[in-house]
Amino acid sequence: MVQKAAAAVVAVVIKKMKISKMLRPSNPVTAVLFLLMVTSVQSAVLPEDRTEALYHRYEGGGMVIDGPSVLVRKAVAEKFSVSANYYIDNVSAASIDVLANASPYIEKRNEYTLGLDYLTQKTTVSTSFTNSTENDYEANTAYLGVSQDFFGDLSSLNIGYAKGWDTVGKRGDLNFEEHINRHNFKVDWTQVLTKNWIASIGVNTVTDEGYLNNPYRVVRILDPSTGLGFRYQTEVYPETRTTTAVAIRTMYYLPYRASIKFEARKFGGTWGIESSNYELAYIHPYGDHWIFEGKFRSYSQTEADFYRDLIDPTDPSQNTQFVARDKEMSAFSNISYGFGVSYEKEFNSPGIFKKFGVTLNMDFFSFEFDNFRNVLVHDTNPGEYAVGQEPLYAFDATVTRLFFSIWY
Amino acid sequence: MKFTFIVFTLLLSGCQLEPWVKPYERDNLADPIMAFSRDAASSTYMHHVYQAREGARGAEGGGGGGCGCN
Repeated sequence: MVQKAAAAVVAVVIKKMKISKMLRPSNPVTAVLFLLMVTSVQSAVLPEDRTEALYHRYEGGGMVIDGPSVLVRKAVAEKFSVSANYYIDNVSAASIDVLANASPYIEKRNEYTLGLDYLTQKTTVSTSFTNSTENDYEANTAYLGVSQDFFGDLSSLNIGYAKGWDTVGKRGDLNFEEHINRHNFKVDWTQVLTKNWIASIGVNTVTDEGYLNNPYRVVRILDPSTGLGFRYQTEVYPETRTTTAVAIRTMYYLPYRASIKFEARKFGGTWGIESSNYELAYIHPYGDHWIFEGKFRSYSQTEADFYRDLIDPTDPSQNTQFVARDKEMSAFSNISYGFGVSYEKEFNSPGIFKKFGVTLNMDFFSFEFDNFRNVLVHDTNPGEYAVGQEPLYAFDATVTRLFFSIWY
Repeated sequence: MKFTFIVFTLLLSGCQLEPWVKPYERDNLADPIMAFSRDAASSTYMHHVYQAREGARGAEGGGGGGCGCN
């Protein structure tokens, strides 16, 4: 019935647009656009009406970060879907970066996102605005994306652009104010390959311009005149950065009711960091209400061109214009494995609410650094290690997600 | 130009007429266990964890433009 109605609409459109004239090779762009338009038989759909209440916790490397995240989404007038997300990070920071040259601190980050999706036939236009505030940092992001289904809804193309503008402050220095502008371009193509197999490829380029340092991070400089044998100096980052990431994802429905997911991503950028990560997940339902998930992920990266664990001031090759000792800029790898369990159940009686779900996810990370050394040993084991010969740093972390969902 | 046009036209019109996976064959694909991201708030949070701890960023899948927060 729907297909007949759609066919009738297409016939009318073809007639009104005089398709025989439009499809001449002299006007191929218009013809292709027209075909893209009329390939619709089934429409795309808006996201489900749903509220998610998440408690998240990250613990590892001296950091504890936890808080709630609440996401509410509701369709309006059939063609629109509005969403609102409120997210909090409560940060208790005593990481190696903090302990090496500062005092542990506690801070809070609030993030608000408002989003609107508009669906017309098989095109979805999405827009959102995000504001994040900390006592020393404010970030704003505006997003616009278009998603188009075609090829009989076997393919989906998603193009998005986000602009960000941040204000960087510094605790204890009211006069410190710097700015960052960001441009984020992405293209994703999702393809149904068979009735059991789906794949996606995505490309994402991000450019930043402005004060990209972390104002609290420092580099370590060899200095025999000091008690420790080294001193600290503020990092100096380039004021621009452009990065590109390419990712493929694929999922396969197994002969019994279960699925596997594989993901690979390659990343590179102007600062010299190159990375790759791979993830394999297995999702297995049990009965009508339970879903179990297990996953393994690995990540590795090379160091930034200007990363230095210890700068020898007499070595010209190490005294470059830009210097950094962020451990996230060093060469390192991590592996993680995780599991998840979900329980979902539909409400028996008709009413506003259709279904609810509870999910627990836990992920366990192990980080190993290749050229970021543990300077804290000079406090814990004084005199045991020579400067530059400290053990390489490593830490474990646990990420917990517990959330409740309700569909309506 | 003509070649490109013909390829695009055949590709588009051909796929329109005969999608190789029919709508009635998409039950498995529509199963929630085949979603790249089943839970938006939870997935967004994990992307944030990765971005804060790793030097890479971008191409995480899903919508939105992320957050510039540190």
